[in-house]
Amino acid sequence: MSPTPPAFTLQDLEGTPRSYPTGRPSLVVFAKEDCATCNLVAPLLEAFHTAWGDRADVWMVAQARDGAEILRDRHGLTLPILDDGALRTSLAWDFESVPAVFWTSADGSAAPGMEGFVKAEWEALAQSITSALGGSGPEIAWAELPDWRPGCGSKHLDPDIHDRLVAEAEGSPIRARRIEIAASDDIDEFLFDQGFSDGLPLVPPTPERVIRMLAGTTRDPQDVVAIVPPNLAPATVEKVAINAVMAGCRPEYLPVVIAALEAVCTDEFNIHGVNATTMGASPVLVVNGPIRHRIGMNMKLGALGTGNRANATIGRAVRLIIRNLGGARPGGVDRSTLSNPMKFTMCFAEWEEGSPWDPLHVERGFAPEDSVVTAFAMTSGPVQIVDQESRRPDQIAGTLGLGLEGMFLPKIRRMPVDALLVVCPEHINTLMVDGDYPKDRLRARIQEVTARPLREMVSNDISGAGIPVTSAARMTPEMLDTPTPKFADGKYIHIVVAGSEAGKFSAAFHGWVTGAMGSTVVSRKIDC
Amino acid sequence: MTTILDPTDERVPVARQITPRTGKIEGVIGLLDISKPRGNVLLDELERLLADRFPDNEIRRYAKPTFTKPCPSDLRLKIKSECSVLVEALAD
Repeated sequence: MSPTPPAFTLQDLEGTPRSYPTGRPSLVVFAKEDCATCNLVAPLLEAFHTAWGDRADVWMVAQARDGAEILRDRHGLTLPILDDGALRTSLAWDFESVPAVFWTSADGSAAPGMEGFVKAEWEALAQSITSALGGSGPEIAWAELPDWRPGCGSKHLDPDIHDRLVAEAEGSPIRARRIEIAASDDIDEFLFDQGFSDGLPLVPPTPERVIRMLAGTTRDPQDVVAIVPPNLAPATVEKVAINAVMAGCRPEYLPVVIAALEAVCTDEFNIHGVNATTMGASPVLVVNGPIRHRIGMNMKLGALGTGNRANATIGRAVRLIIRNLGGARPGGVDRSTLSNPMKFTMCFAEWEEGSPWDPLHVERGFAPEDSVVTAFAMTSGPVQIVDQESRRPDQIAGTLGLGLEGMFLPKIRRMPVDALLVVCPEHINTLMVDGDYPKDRLRARIQEVTARPLREMVSNDISGAGIPVTSAARMTPEMLDTPTPKFADGKYIHIVVAGSEAGKFSAAFHGWVTGAMGSTVVSRKIDC
Repeated sequence: MTTILDPTDERVPVARQITPRTGKIEGVIGLLDISKPRGNVLLDELERLLADRFPDNEIRRYAKPTFTKPCPSDLRLKIKSECSVLVEALAD
């Protein structure tokens, strides 16, 4: 026996409501008018109704109102035909094809449902019902019927309809407040007016789109992914999915968005401060591992720019969540003096296959087969580093160092601040022309070529920035002559590979306040 | 008619009431430094002025660990339990 199917009330073609269970034995058959097999069995259902109608309810449930009338007129049916044009009952009864046949006996126990037409099964069901009900059975010329005919796909599984039905059904995973937009309103304008947008158009987060987005993760829609500053709002998977829809994400990007949100909402990353600072910082997201290929991320030509949906929308989704859930809006808690376009989006993948080094996530302790997103708090970038002339490894490494010299201001040295260096393939080729050139050697070379006497960093008439004159007065001549590198330590220089195979142009992102005082780089494994 | 789902946290902000102003300064005066450079210069001067005008009031100094993050809740509770009034010095 199977569980009793869910109760329903549907109208028949005369407008009379009919409710299941009926209190009597019932045969309920779902059908649609354009299904050949449904048309094959329609006369059989009429014969069943004629034979058992005084002792049992024999109902046809049509999947469209006009289809119900067509079936009635085409076959001269007198049995009750119910209208399930809304398809909610079809969804609740959970079958795949029509005709779908359900028999419930007098004691309420349900037989397993049948789909399509298998003559032996139908004949056996007819005999079993006749013996259960007593009296005479239907007169059917079984010999004239084919042995088997497949059913047709049920209308409620139509991809255009199914997701909406699931979103609207009882037990729907959707908990978010529904906002109804009048037909006379322009949806896109409405989304701008509500303040949901970063300034660019949004994809309207309809329930069916959100249902499709949620299919991108196995996590429960009500799981809390993170508490999002500054409002400390809980971000459920559902709320993340709503914002991911608006950003333009495909469902397979959702695990990356979730992992990135987890990363930036840690105390170490400190998205509160990253948003609030007048300096205009924003997360830069780097994706590593197999998921890069699976979701079609760009790591080659134009990796830091436009044109790739995954790169563009994953970063944008994270920003929209921080805006809409966290409440960080420019002029509110976001106090950036100038801000920067990375606050729209900045996400790219490392071209691991084009790199001679361990990829970023392996360097940070993950396995090569892990998919990982790493978040950097950056205030500027990508700043191009141009060198089309160098042919020796130490020359190109020197260029990459000089390219970082202007970070914040050339007069600032020994910075305990992160930088993210994106080395292009042609510069990699030059670095490796004599064999291996490890990342640590590149870091050391950057420190070497950026080392300048502190004397050059003292506040003067050209620029008041740098070492205050009063502090310099307390330093010995030897101290002032000490060559001092750009970074307090090579560990602040993070290195990845990306870009097209043509062009000698690398780039750098410049950090913010690094460490416990500000923001620490955070990596999160992507659950996929 | 189109239906969309709310992308926000759906919470109505709590309306916060300002503590009644009595026109008098009573109890311990707290001075909170957010740890941004030179915030202490402002607070040193303020402390001097307050000490002149309110010699009977105790003045206590507090500091956030970093200006980039919200005040830790244990520090917030400590200030609330110890002070009647608080002056927080920003440095922008």
